Amino acid sequence: MVSQMSPRRAEFLLGARDTIPMIVGAIPFGVLFGALAVTAGLSVAGAMGMSLFVFAGSSQFVAATMLTQGAGIVVIVLTTFIVNVRHALYAASLGPHVRHLPQRWLMPLGFFLTDETFAIVIKRYSAGDGQENSHWYYLGSALAMYVNWQICTLAGIYAGSRLQGLADWGLEFAMVVTFIGIVVPLVTDRPMLLTAIVAVVTGLLTRDWPHNSGLIFASLAAIAVGYVAESISLRKKP
Amino acid sequence: MKELLLVVGMAAVTFGVRYPVLALLGRIDMPEPIMRALRFVPVAVLCALSAPMVFIDGGDWFISVYNPALVGSVVAGLVAWKTRHLLLTIATGMAVFIAMRLFFSAG
Repeated sequence: MVSQMSPRRAEFLLGARDTIPMIVGAIPFGVLFGALAVTAGLSVAGAMGMSLFVFAGSSQFVAATMLTQGAGIVVIVLTTFIVNVRHALYAASLGPHVRHLPQRWLMPLGFFLTDETFAIVIKRYSAGDGQENSHWYYLGSALAMYVNWQICTLAGIYAGSRLQGLADWGLEFAMVVTFIGIVVPLVTDRPMLLTAIVAVVTGLLTRDWPHNSGLIFASLAAIAVGYVAESISLRKKP
Repeated sequence: MKELLLVVGMAAVTFGVRYPVLALLGRIDMPEPIMRALRFVPVAVLCALSAPMVFIDGGDWFISVYNPALVGSVVAGLVAWKTRHLLLTIATGMAVFIAMRLFFSAG
């Protein structure tokens, strides 16, 4: 069967297939985001629009959480930028592999770039085989993630608006434990532990700043402290 | 209108991070300090965002063994530390949180 397929189509399908484990992992978060978004006061269109046009899971989670805390738009957008800046790293490492492509390819590939697709696609590019059509592989992975994210968001919106009082059940807390599950494995050295501690303390102390602006201050302060601590430890042991 | 601004703003900054670097800066190496600083971003933002939801209740400090969010977070943190399993962390933390809320609101 595969031999009868055009090489592009084969690459596209392979990209989608290789992304399946990531897709399965994203399902609960897509559903949770949808449910949280509507309980946070977003309309169905607003919640769906976020998944359709922003398409960046962790920043969507953070935005929904901030909405429940009454944060202002500017602060949420700034925080979205901080949370998503890491995508520049992915883009920078994928850049050399895609620079031969025309803009009509680069725009969608840029838009669809997520943690998951990056992880899958960079492996493909690093392996070095099938480079010629690897952008089809990238597109297959990206679209599979995208379609799945939309379906899950919709399911979550449905659940969130049907089950009255889901917010009372502490759906917000589901975000907190999700964040804990993400953060704890990342704390592998002292500078990172210091970052976590500074973020917690500063986040608490600045919690009453207008429009949640304290969150941005606390994040930047914690990043700076971690960075400086790492610089010092790097200088100590050359 | 407010929602529209929010979605457009978030979409713009996100696309603004992803696309230009992919299209234009693909040939430039990211400066090393930026690479190093980015490593701290998720931990910094997520901790600063979550801490008030754990330690504060209705505007006041709530540091107590009767605080479901605090106890749930400690348990989730231990599970995450020991297992590094995301879904297991979420399930355990939520179970503790819901059980405590049920117990204390019924009592």
